Amino acid sequence: MSAASAISLNPLSDLSQLFSYRFMISALEAGTIAAVLAAVAGWFMVLRRQSFAGHTLAVMAFPGATGAALIGLPATLGYYLACTAAAVTIGAGGRTATASYGEETAAIGTVQTVGLAAGFLFLALNHTVLGGPETLLFGTFLGITTGQVIGLLIVALVLLAALTAIARPLLFASVDPAVAGARGVPVRVVDAVFLVILALAVAVASQITGALLVFALLLAPPAAAQLITMRPLAGLVLSVAFGLAVVWLGLGIAYFSPYPVGFFTTTTAVVIYLLTRLVTSRR
Amino acid sequence: MSAKSAISLRTVAVALGGRTVLRDVSLEVGQGEFVAVLGPNGAGKSTLMRALLGLVPLHSGSAVVLGTTPAQARTRIGYLPQRRGFDHSLRVRGIDLVRLGLDGARWGIPLGLTRSARERRRVELERVSEVIELVGASPYAQRPLNTLSGGEQQRLLIAQALVTDPELLILDEPLDSLDLPNQAAVSGLLGRISKQRNVTVLLVAHDVNPLLGQADRVAYLAGGHALAGPVEQVITGPKLSALYGAPIEVLRTADGRLVVVGQPEAPHYHGHRHPD
Repeated sequence: MSAASAISLNPLSDLSQLFSYRFMISALEAGTIAAVLAAVAGWFMVLRRQSFAGHTLAVMAFPGATGAALIGLPATLGYYLACTAAAVTIGAGGRTATASYGEETAAIGTVQTVGLAAGFLFLALNHTVLGGPETLLFGTFLGITTGQVIGLLIVALVLLAALTAIARPLLFASVDPAVAGARGVPVRVVDAVFLVILALAVAVASQITGALLVFALLLAPPAAAQLITMRPLAGLVLSVAFGLAVVWLGLGIAYFSPYPVGFFTTTTAVVIYLLTRLVTSRR
Repeated sequence: MSAKSAISLRTVAVALGGRTVLRDVSLEVGQGEFVAVLGPNGAGKSTLMRALLGLVPLHSGSAVVLGTTPAQARTRIGYLPQRRGFDHSLRVRGIDLVRLGLDGARWGIPLGLTRSARERRRVELERVSEVIELVGASPYAQRPLNTLSGGEQQRLLIAQALVTDPELLILDEPLDSLDLPNQAAVSGLLGRISKQRNVTVLLVAHDVNPLLGQADRVAYLAGGHALAGPVEQVITGPKLSALYGAPIEVLRTADGRLVVVGQPEAPHYHGHRHPD
């Protein structure tokens, strides 16, 4: 946050100071929505060991935004389109009963490379200067409007409803695809739908956190939660709690400091994950 | 064999990717029978199981499973596919794996808002602990799968296959990768379940020995054909020689174990999934 505010020794007055600015409230609201969505989608991502796919989807914000600028579309739409296209590609070339992780990883790596290359091409073709590559990569926590918050909320609710609908078949297909298929779960469809949900969740969250830092919200909270509990419901609740802690602490610290928000959210996420590892490894 | 038929295959042929895997397989299995399906690698044992579940189409012939088509019978079948074991990083408890066998195919999540929904959940949880108890997995059902031994995982997988109270169990190499005492224990467990609950068991195995005394009959698959009957009538030199079209000898050791010599088996055994 550029305009650093002085921290007093009175936590109540510090909090009231924090909530007295509209932009701060919007940032907290948007951050909360992104954190909840990323924590839930990320929990399944970590369980399915698809972190590399998640990371690739996050990187797709780059060709998405630059490509959208090139043809005159809103950057947000570019995020959604590029992430979805990547998810469909990964899903189409993706996991089958016999395909190894090596094959899947190779497919994802190819998508990532092509995406980055396309992004650089679009950047070169854009003769106008893009509205801040820093924003694209590290987020716009502080420039969020009320309208954007409502848009985020609607997309997040739709995605959470979709995840709830497929939760059990997705869990089954993730743990035991062969038996799930025999029991009537359309495994390939569920896999593909999850990748698209993950892609859209990444696109939503990265508008707030930026393409590089979305991963802090998508990976660290669920990874820490899964170290603590294997119960699916408890793990999801814990993952959301960690995600909220990351965003709220990150924003709170950043408010009183001259340094960027993204640094503090990411640091909080990493600290939570490392502390969890330290504590659980002693058990 | 009981009078009621569980499986009736007539001159079944199955082709996968243009290759004929099963040429002419006929097999009758009565309700409550325990049948061991044997044969060399690539004989189409797994394919036959998948055909019985309606997961691969028949090229010709007919299949009646539990009085209906394989695909329609699927919900009444407990299936344990051939596998390599669980990923070491998969953090799931055994009890959750068994539970998924019961409700994993349902959409949405249970909220327990109505009395009947809560009642149903209670009945389901009871059912889950009952089958876990039945296979003797209670002491470790709360532990993560990746910390369990192959035998412990296999018992939980059998519990998962049993949790829907199926009339037919199709188990693809459940004894694979188990040590000898565990092979005997799991085989005995399945024999007991088959007898006590009148469940038909079709079990694919590499070796008939752990199943001697449990299996009512064997079905030997080779060269796209099947030969079914009691062990002592099927696993004989002349019968297997005719099935393979090559000289096969069957030896019996002093402790009653059977050794099949001369079958054109893969040169060394490997535990990986093969694409038959």
